[in-house]
Amino acid sequence: MLNRQGRPSSAGEAGTTTHPTFTGNKALAQVEPLLFEIGRYDTTGVDLDEPEDLKPRLGGLERKEAIGLPGLSEPETMRHYVRLSQQNYGIDTGLFPLGSCTMKHNARLNERVARLPGFADAHPLQPVSTVQGALELMNELGRYLITLTNMTAVALSPKAGAHGELCGMMAIKAAIEAKGEGATRNVVLVPDSAHGTNPATAALIGFKVKPVPARDDGFVHVEDVKKLLGPDVAAIMLTNPNTCGLFEPQVAEIAKAIHDAGAYFYCDGANFNAIVGKARPGDLGVDAMHINLHKTFSTPHGGGGPGSGPVVLSARLAPFAPVPFVRAGKNGFELVEQESDAAEKPFGRMTAFHGQMGMYVRALSYMLSHGADGMKQASEDAVLNANYIRAGLSDLLSLPFGDKPCMHEVLFDDAWLKDTGVTTLDVAKAMIDEGYHPMTMYFPLVVHGAMLIEPTESESKSSLDLFIATLRDLAMAAKKGDTERFTGAPYHAPRRRLDETRAARNPVLKWTPPAPVAEAAE
Amino acid sequence: MRYLPLSDTDRGEMLARIGVNHVDELFADVPQNLLLTEPVDLPRRKGELEVERILSRMSAKNVSASSVPFFVGAGAYKHHVPATVDHLIQRSEFLTSYTPYQPEIAQGTLQYLFEFQTQVATLTGMDVANASMYDGSTGTGEAVLMAHRVTKRRKAVLSGGLHPHYADVVKTLSDMASDETIILAPDVTGTEDILAQIDDTTSCVVVQSPDVFGNVRDLKPIADKAHQHGALLIAVFTEVVSLGLLRSPGSMGADIVVGEGQSIGNALNFGGPYVGLFATQSKYIRQMPGRLCGETVDADGNRGFVLTLSTREQHIRRDKATSNICTNSGLCSLAFTIHMTLLGEAGLSRLARINHANAVKLADQLAAVKGVEVLNKTFFNEFTVKLTKPAAEVVERLAEKGVLAGVPASRLLPGAGLDNLLLVASTEVNTDDDRAAFCAALKEVL
Repeated sequence: MLNRQGRPSSAGEAGTTTHPTFTGNKALAQVEPLLFEIGRYDTTGVDLDEPEDLKPRLGGLERKEAIGLPGLSEPETMRHYVRLSQQNYGIDTGLFPLGSCTMKHNARLNERVARLPGFADAHPLQPVSTVQGALELMNELGRYLITLTNMTAVALSPKAGAHGELCGMMAIKAAIEAKGEGATRNVVLVPDSAHGTNPATAALIGFKVKPVPARDDGFVHVEDVKKLLGPDVAAIMLTNPNTCGLFEPQVAEIAKAIHDAGAYFYCDGANFNAIVGKARPGDLGVDAMHINLHKTFSTPHGGGGPGSGPVVLSARLAPFAPVPFVRAGKNGFELVEQESDAAEKPFGRMTAFHGQMGMYVRALSYMLSHGADGMKQASEDAVLNANYIRAGLSDLLSLPFGDKPCMHEVLFDDAWLKDTGVTTLDVAKAMIDEGYHPMTMYFPLVVHGAMLIEPTESESKSSLDLFIATLRDLAMAAKKGDTERFTGAPYHAPRRRLDETRAARNPVLKWTPPAPVAEAAE
Repeated sequence: MRYLPLSDTDRGEMLARIGVNHVDELFADVPQNLLLTEPVDLPRRKGELEVERILSRMSAKNVSASSVPFFVGAGAYKHHVPATVDHLIQRSEFLTSYTPYQPEIAQGTLQYLFEFQTQVATLTGMDVANASMYDGSTGTGEAVLMAHRVTKRRKAVLSGGLHPHYADVVKTLSDMASDETIILAPDVTGTEDILAQIDDTTSCVVVQSPDVFGNVRDLKPIADKAHQHGALLIAVFTEVVSLGLLRSPGSMGADIVVGEGQSIGNALNFGGPYVGLFATQSKYIRQMPGRLCGETVDADGNRGFVLTLSTREQHIRRDKATSNICTNSGLCSLAFTIHMTLLGEAGLSRLARINHANAVKLADQLAAVKGVEVLNKTFFNEFTVKLTKPAAEVVERLAEKGVLAGVPASRLLPGAGLDNLLLVASTEVNTDDDRAAFCAALKEVL
């Protein structure tokens, strides 16, 4: 195979592609059509008996026409989705250093216990007397989260991190309105380095977003915050440890300044995994923080979800926590589902039912397994691993804030690629050829060509040594001018680089049947 | 600790390589008076056996749906999920992957999302569907916000047949965003005059069918009236199996269709995780929330899939984004797609007929019990009965007798004067014995 420059891409590449196959398959790498190209409208992989003499009571609203959904038999279904799975990279495949996303080991014990019938096969609206174990689990998870954060209360129901942010900011808005300041306090401070969800969340519920400018050292400075504070400021949304992989050294002073100004401190807890068992957000002056159970407590990411984003709240915000919540009563656990049944002032409801129970079980299983000692060790190992990578690469790659300790992730910029003709994106794609999932690219936005590497505590020293050696080899190749190894990459993945511009310019978002042959021939 | 590969020797060597003596030197930016030196006050680590024992004990305190005659619905439904589904979604490459931001090594996820989007769009009768929402309720909240963006109006009218949790989610979000929400009174019989509520200031009308009381609704007249006034119809469903038998919301004129997909492929899970389905017309795609997967080609010209139209999303647009969402319900949407692939059109429509037939049988049998009145003229697999006693009390008594009978309307709508109403669902899992046990127990209790 030749690349666009007309030269062989690499020695290994030439070897694999000079023998085209009849099928297009390459041994284990199978070409798999869409379900709609192989399925049949009269095929089903589920054996069901047709009901006898059904007299519909549908008010004449029955479907008259065919739906258009093909089916596959069970063996075909199995093969189709197994083949698709083989085109994916997961944590179980190899090192997945996606900064800010925390791709740590997903223990299968957690999958097993989440499928226990009392959890997986319980309905959210069964009588409370028949789900005491489920409520006990929610209560226990809440106790663990409150203990680890030293906060007052927890709202478990948010369905993901961004949903948790929304919950926390709604609690803040409710508290401000309860003080009669709803009309005047409508500004939320968000550092430039924040996740995009922060400003999006604040804007969603009517706050005006005011950026806190980035500084050269990667930190938010208390004097910058103070300059922006006033009677119009409702809250700051601060990520700590921040998205540059650094713990904010002035966090306690910032919290005090915020509180002195009558505002609230929302902490984005996306990086809580670096400090679990080492520091408690409640001690740092946090009023609300979401916890991504799918990151810190290892409920699987599942290709993008489902997540779970419980929010811990300070005493000032606890009364406004949304329904539902669990409380211990005389006859066991109670579930408060209606605002009118709560002693406090819930601001409303985030979702139907009680949140991501399946994720609660997995997260509690993780916490029970690790214990207080194991969770502390996990944080320390995550930070150690990131710093080990930093130490192994600091002479070849560029650190935007100098060579100083980081937390659980290390941030490089693209200064080291200057004049090489290679970009951060190219490096990421070349890492794919080396068998690694790339790091997070171009985030945070405050650093040029950001490469955010989070190895997590799940990696062994030998795994990190090979990763460091690989990145050193790539760095030297880039500096030597071997640009093709980068600009054409990936060469060995199930697909070459994909044309994202074309996808956005002319969106094709579903399969449509090809035109009938007769019509096409005309 | 079994999940942590580093040995103390490794740690020592790594600290030396980094050039520090103690790991706490790496935590130097944490205020030192707040740095914990001892583990927090929680139990120590536990082996797999012990954790399994603790959680199994909690699980055993719950009554699982499969262990009793089970008729609980109201937004979550007990269906049989083929073993193949649960096996496939636990494949490492699906389970332990991330959002497909590196499409060259995520075609597995992207292709199933493309299949998912096609299945959802086809089933709902719409042009396009997104890659899923958290669940039906949050999807409904997002649909209302989207309607406000499209119409540049800020008043939503919610049917009294909309699931009360869904209405609460919309109202919470709308109140916080200072948008107006009109929620009609609980509409047990599906006869409310929602047309009268639609005027030139209405952004959208939100109507559920089958509604929370089970009534099947004709959406066409509502769509027509909404369109006359420049408003959108948001059609909601909580039981996706119903679409195997009922006319699609798209064919009745819906502008946005949103619903809960849990019934296909997903367990009850005590309320979550579930999978929100969200579909609309092509002209509105740039106002849609959530992730979208689109087709493209790679550098060699081979077909492939990528996440697309991300300029709508928060990581690009920040405070101007269409939504703050940065998650879909990935693995639950995969479960949906695999189950739907197994069913196919033939299996889905038959499954829907079985559900309907079982509910019809149950309704007829319950109607024959003294003190029970079936209120619905139309229904799919769920209906409302009026009892001679408060339903909450009856449900507790039936639970003691080993029958999980349904959801008291008062649990969803306290103080609405609906204390004697019970929502009853029946799916393919119910047998003749289940129905007989329900009726017998009810006779004793009433």
